[in-house]
Amino acid sequence: MCGIAGIIYRDDSRDIGRDMTRMLQSMKHRGPDSTGYALYGASNGDGRIVMRYTLADANTPRDFDFEERLQRHQRQVIDRLRGLGARLHDVEAETEYAYRVTFDLPNGTLKDLADRIEDIPDAEVLSLGHSLEIVKDLGDAESVADQYGLDDFQGTHAIGHVRMATESDVDISGAHPYWAYPFTDVAVVHNGQLTNYFQWKRRLERSGHRFQSECDSEIIAVYLAEKMEGGASLEDAMRDSLDELDGVFTYIAVTDDALGVAKDEMAAKPLVLYESDDLVALASEEIAIRAIVDREIDTYDPYESEVLVWQR
Amino acid sequence: MAAVGERRITYDARGLAEPDADAPRIAEVSEGRATFDARDLTTRQINLELRRLLYEEGVTDVTVQNPGAKHSLGVGILTRCRIRFAGSLGYFGCGLIDGPEIHVTGRVGWSACENMMSGVVVVDGNAGSLTAAAIRGGDVVVKGQVGARTAIDGKGGSVIVLGNAGSMTGFMLQRGRIVVCGDVGNGLGDSMYDGTIYVAGKVRSLGIDCVPGEWDETDDEFIARKFRIYELGEPPAFQKFVCGKKLYNYDNLEPSERKLVL
Repeated sequence: MCGIAGIIYRDDSRDIGRDMTRMLQSMKHRGPDSTGYALYGASNGDGRIVMRYTLADANTPRDFDFEERLQRHQRQVIDRLRGLGARLHDVEAETEYAYRVTFDLPNGTLKDLADRIEDIPDAEVLSLGHSLEIVKDLGDAESVADQYGLDDFQGTHAIGHVRMATESDVDISGAHPYWAYPFTDVAVVHNGQLTNYFQWKRRLERSGHRFQSECDSEIIAVYLAEKMEGGASLEDAMRDSLDELDGVFTYIAVTDDALGVAKDEMAAKPLVLYESDDLVALASEEIAIRAIVDREIDTYDPYESEVLVWQR
Repeated sequence: MAAVGERRITYDARGLAEPDADAPRIAEVSEGRATFDARDLTTRQINLELRRLLYEEGVTDVTVQNPGAKHSLGVGILTRCRIRFAGSLGYFGCGLIDGPEIHVTGRVGWSACENMMSGVVVVDGNAGSLTAAAIRGGDVVVKGQVGARTAIDGKGGSVIVLGNAGSMTGFMLQRGRIVVCGDVGNGLGDSMYDGTIYVAGKVRSLGIDCVPGEWDETDDEFIARKFRIYELGEPPAFQKFVCGKKLYNYDNLEPSERKLVL
């Protein structure tokens, strides 16, 4: 079933981590397997890059060499970053196996950097960008937020996902949101199933894109990224997806300054929307919006084949 | 193994355990009317309180404040009464009802009034998809917009929408009437067996076997009566749509009927 949510504050930074946790926790019944966030922090304006990555997950066997392997791989990540000319600022271990690094990269491309990091065994880059930070793990929203300290996360907009695994395994790779590799600051959450998944995967892989998971939803992120690479706006790319992606879907896509939602022509997956002067909140169920707006509000469902995009 | 008489843990629609699922007994009752605040109550507590008032206290007029878009509220009410939800309902609100008059001052989520047998539900705001799915009787009035597949598999009753309706409105409609004052999406009346659909706005496309119908005075009478009862103002001009009866083989008798004829 899965539940998706999005929130964008138009005026200022807010407690976006805490708000998204409330929204996702209220939809726990839609997906107990994993919870994920794509959070857009307040822009620091200094061009610093944030990378979140994992070197294992909760399912990884804790054998005798686990600790040593983890430390060795983490050293390799840092060495490779330095080798690529990155000037490191902060290196934080968020959990036993998840890390957050901030750095400057005077030369070189982020795609090359991501490829080099993911070449390290068990390494998976969750997000890479100037403001995007993707956090995802097994469990419900409160346990993931607690684990990663998300209640204090200040930001302007965010999307989130609670997952009921249907098409692929219960692991971090199968959890949403998906970063649109290799594009910075683009992420997607999705509720539904894509029926031309393999067709698009083969096509995009031939174009040089790589996939972190076997999850059909990742196609959307990479699909949008490729369109935007060709010059399309987020809105145009999303409109194209209505014709080119088959199946039933409602998805939310975000960039560093916009948030959009698209519904397939059957409108088979729910989405409820609330819009005010300073806030846009959307979710699979109104109860998630109520979790952050404690007053009577007017909400509506976007119709079939509808694409809506809000700019910050 | 649980001992006999030991309380079993139950779960509400959000999957939360509710070991203490007794009616909270918080309503203020006066002269046959009751009011209670649902803000801090779970789905199960709200429904238990509602049932206690209607079935045990004999109250016939209940106001539920702050329903908070919780799911499955007001379901399975099988008695004549008035219920007012001062706020919005989540999914599956007012389903499986037989008799009550319900007024929702906010909106309702997906699958409101599903399998409704009789009674009236008036929604001041918008409604999600699958509103009045498999409705068998009674009236559902939505003053805002409705989502897709309104009255899918409907077997009776009336659904009146003052705003727009989404795709596949009246999908597989078998009996009953749908009135849409605004526009409708693709596939209107797709695969309908019978019933009537009235649309005042634009129809994006007709579904398979849905065709324009011939207007007669019974249509005028029906529309005028419903608009008068629910004080909806002057009705707009409608187009009528019915089943073309080409999709299914209506000339063949059911095996049981054939036996009778033979």
